[in-house]
Amino acid sequence: MGRVAAALAALILFPLIAPTFYVYVAALILVTALLAMSLNLVLGYGGIYQFHHGVFYGVGAYALALAITKGGWSPWIGFIAGPFAAAGAGLLIGWFCVRLTRLYFGMLQISLGSLLWTIVLRWYPVTGGDNGIHDIATPVALRTVGGAYYFILAIVALSVAALYLIVKSPFGATLQAVRDNPQRCGSVGVDVRRHQLIAVVIAAYFAGVAGVLYVALERSVFSNMLFWVLSLEVFVMCLLGGWYTFAGPIVGAAIMVALRTFAGRYTENWTMVIGVMLILLILFMPEGVLGFVLQRLRPATAADEG
Amino acid sequence: MLRVDGLHKSFDGFRAVNGATLRVDAGSVVAVIGPNGAGKTTLFNLLTGHLTPDRGSILFEEREINALAAHEVCRRGIGRTFQIANIFPKLTVFENVQVSVLAQQRKSLDLFHRASALAVDETSAILKDTGLLGRARRIAGGLSHGDQRILEIAVALGSGPRLLVLDEPTAGMSPEETAATMALIVRLSRDRGLTILFCEHDMDVVFSVAQSIMVMRQGRTIVQGPPAVVRANREVQEAYLGVNDA
Repeated sequence: MGRVAAALAALILFPLIAPTFYVYVAALILVTALLAMSLNLVLGYGGIYQFHHGVFYGVGAYALALAITKGGWSPWIGFIAGPFAAAGAGLLIGWFCVRLTRLYFGMLQISLGSLLWTIVLRWYPVTGGDNGIHDIATPVALRTVGGAYYFILAIVALSVAALYLIVKSPFGATLQAVRDNPQRCGSVGVDVRRHQLIAVVIAAYFAGVAGVLYVALERSVFSNMLFWVLSLEVFVMCLLGGWYTFAGPIVGAAIMVALRTFAGRYTENWTMVIGVMLILLILFMPEGVLGFVLQRLRPATAADEG
Repeated sequence: MLRVDGLHKSFDGFRAVNGATLRVDAGSVVAVIGPNGAGKTTLFNLLTGHLTPDRGSILFEEREINALAAHEVCRRGIGRTFQIANIFPKLTVFENVQVSVLAQQRKSLDLFHRASALAVDETSAILKDTGLLGRARRIAGGLSHGDQRILEIAVALGSGPRLLVLDEPTAGMSPEETAATMALIVRLSRDRGLTILFCEHDMDVVFSVAQSIMVMRQGRTIVQGPPAVVRANREVQEAYLGVNDA
């Protein structure tokens, strides 16, 4: 608990000492970290190959953007509705996907997700196609980088706490058992498909939360949010940070966003840096960065998890 | 308690189970024997919902369970173990059994409590019964083979079955482990009133423990009856015992 409180205090004080651009990058890292953690609920804890998680991020963001620009809704109601729209998409896509296992689950999800991406890309009158939607009228209080940062920090902190409680709940414990041995779970009375479907819906909900927070920060949405490449990046974040640890995806998201932002200044080929890092990671840290660090620390601080 | 009649299951034309019948009375210990490939494991998979029969009927406590999925069969009161140790290797011994108890209490979907505080007494009682309490905090994948098989039985007990189906519970065990496991099974049957159905290669074990023995060959039931009757059956002697008792 001490370390969590210290991290939270540091994040609260950060805008007071850091230049605006860095506050913006930190906010982007927080949003991306929540997206990666929501994926890790199904990937790391559920062993479910959720290959197109970005779709739910996009649905959450577009639901908010459309609620404000087309629906004339209050943005605050949109912030609440966006994640539920994402959860609805999770239920729809997940309902088909849980009938398949492993890679087939992932392949079908890429197909169904890409279908949604195509709709967003082609339906110009509503979604703006590849232009996206810009200058979204988010609440005035959120239009400064500082205001958006604190809003994002508060929601991400609450969401991470909720995810932690879910992982530690009977549902989370059973989900990890489903990951390890779905057949055995069936024969002790667990409805494996239903369990996986609920996990996908919860993960989609929190991806939707990340989606609306992205709108709070950028005041824009882009069809690329639903493109499979972004889903792949989020997948890599989980592997990079350590998918068997709770906080690993935060580390992975921080590394990826920082690399894109800072290496991107010097070279357009920043993805090459990622590629080299991934090769090194697979060779030397198959447990991910945080998994690697925790393993080294374990003798000193037994049974302590990030 | 369990009545199986005219059960059939084929895989790509191969008749794995080809007219099996079986009676299991409440409170009894019943063994299924037969040479390798006789269809014992397929029969058990049909009984527990892991496979769906092509034809025939499975009545459990007077209700047909042919078409139920594995988790539904479990909820009716049939627990099982598998031929190869089938546990949750990354979870602790305690968590292995706890998952099963939580499912039995219909708490698997509970999102709002701490799992570590739930079903602790029930789980501890099962671990104590099976002699695993001292290893409760160990990671299950690190246990010896014998202990993993015992843990499987403990996991099956977690779902509170009335009928326990054990697929070769002593496979790969040393003679000492085999004796201890069979003693455990007999004790569970006696103390908990559990009905037990198991299959086993070791004839000494089968004839010393089972009250009723069903003999399978090429997917078909040859005979079922008390050990003395089965031992005296000519077809059984020709097909099976003569070869294995040497």
